Amino acid sequence: MTVPTDLDRRFRDAAVRAGALDAAYDVIDSELGPLLAAVTDRGLARITYDADPQQELERIARLAGPRVLRAPRALDQARRELDDYFAGRRKAFDLDLDLRGQAPFAVAVLGELAKVPYGRTSTYGELATRAGNPRAARAVGMVMNRNPVPIVLPCHRIVGASGSLVGYGGGLERKEQLLRLEGAIL
Amino acid sequence: MMDAVATIPPFESFYTEHAAEVLRLLRRRLGRERADDAFQETFLRALRAYDRLRHGEHLRAWVLTIAERVAIDAHRRAGEPADELPELPHLDGRPAYEELAFLTDSLPPKERAAVVLRYGYDLDYEQIAAALESSPDAARQAASSGIRRLRRRAQ
Repeated sequence: MTVPTDLDRRFRDAAVRAGALDAAYDVIDSELGPLLAAVTDRGLARITYDADPQQELERIARLAGPRVLRAPRALDQARRELDDYFAGRRKAFDLDLDLRGQAPFAVAVLGELAKVPYGRTSTYGELATRAGNPRAARAVGMVMNRNPVPIVLPCHRIVGASGSLVGYGGGLERKEQLLRLEGAIL
Repeated sequence: MMDAVATIPPFESFYTEHAAEVLRLLRRRLGRERADDAFQETFLRALRAYDRLRHGEHLRAWVLTIAERVAIDAHRRAGEPADELPELPHLDGRPAYEELAFLTDSLPPKERAAVVLRYGYDLDYEQIAAALESSPDAARQAASSGIRRLRRRAQ
């Protein structure tokens, strides 16, 4: 016997209403494949490509606490904004972020990254300079690679000094797709 | 702290592992219709207490005990006799528990549950309190008066 779908959904909704979750997650369908996204009471904490759910759940639990539940309702706003973004209707996200567990340098870099506008690109070196350490381009590359909320924090807009795409946590093909969607490349 | 977190599974894993068994138990106790509300109540109680757990062992015994309490509360609200023993799960087959079950069968329900959860399953009083819907102090008292009663009988 399995738990009937509507009963299961009722519990998950009730858990969100009760405000008793450390984090809620769901799998969001997108142009780039399924995205596992997690929110806490502070905001969006994770977006993961090609997630291994069990591994990702444990990572979220270590970050936010053990009360992690798949609860689609809690992801409504994030899902809507991502849908709009992929449909070309949205150029900036209006989501709070939970960057707990990030080192101070990473927080500074991600803060600068958030300012790189839709449809534009910047370089690892420029981002390093704006975060206060011009020599840290390589470290910036690491921060991009570990970006906890790709797409929303647009690490796909950071390219090499020569204009080459260099790398992307979700694979270069996705970086290219995102830049094409934004009209930054043809 | 990392160790404690590592041993307590994310709630999602705990829920998906035990949901079907909890629903079966509640349907047996309350019938199909009333079981639905009790199912939600059981996992909400577990969720509220979940971040106070100190380890991830015996979670099955823990959640089934919560379900039993929820069923008893539902009977009580409906004005039905509710003094039946909370049926503690027997399937784990832990030797410590088997011995305790033999000893504790005749204790009042709350004391029996507290003694078995404390000494059979090594749950702490916070967890026992969450399962029995009472305070850690009350759980401690129930366990110790259960033990006193057993001692008196043994003499």
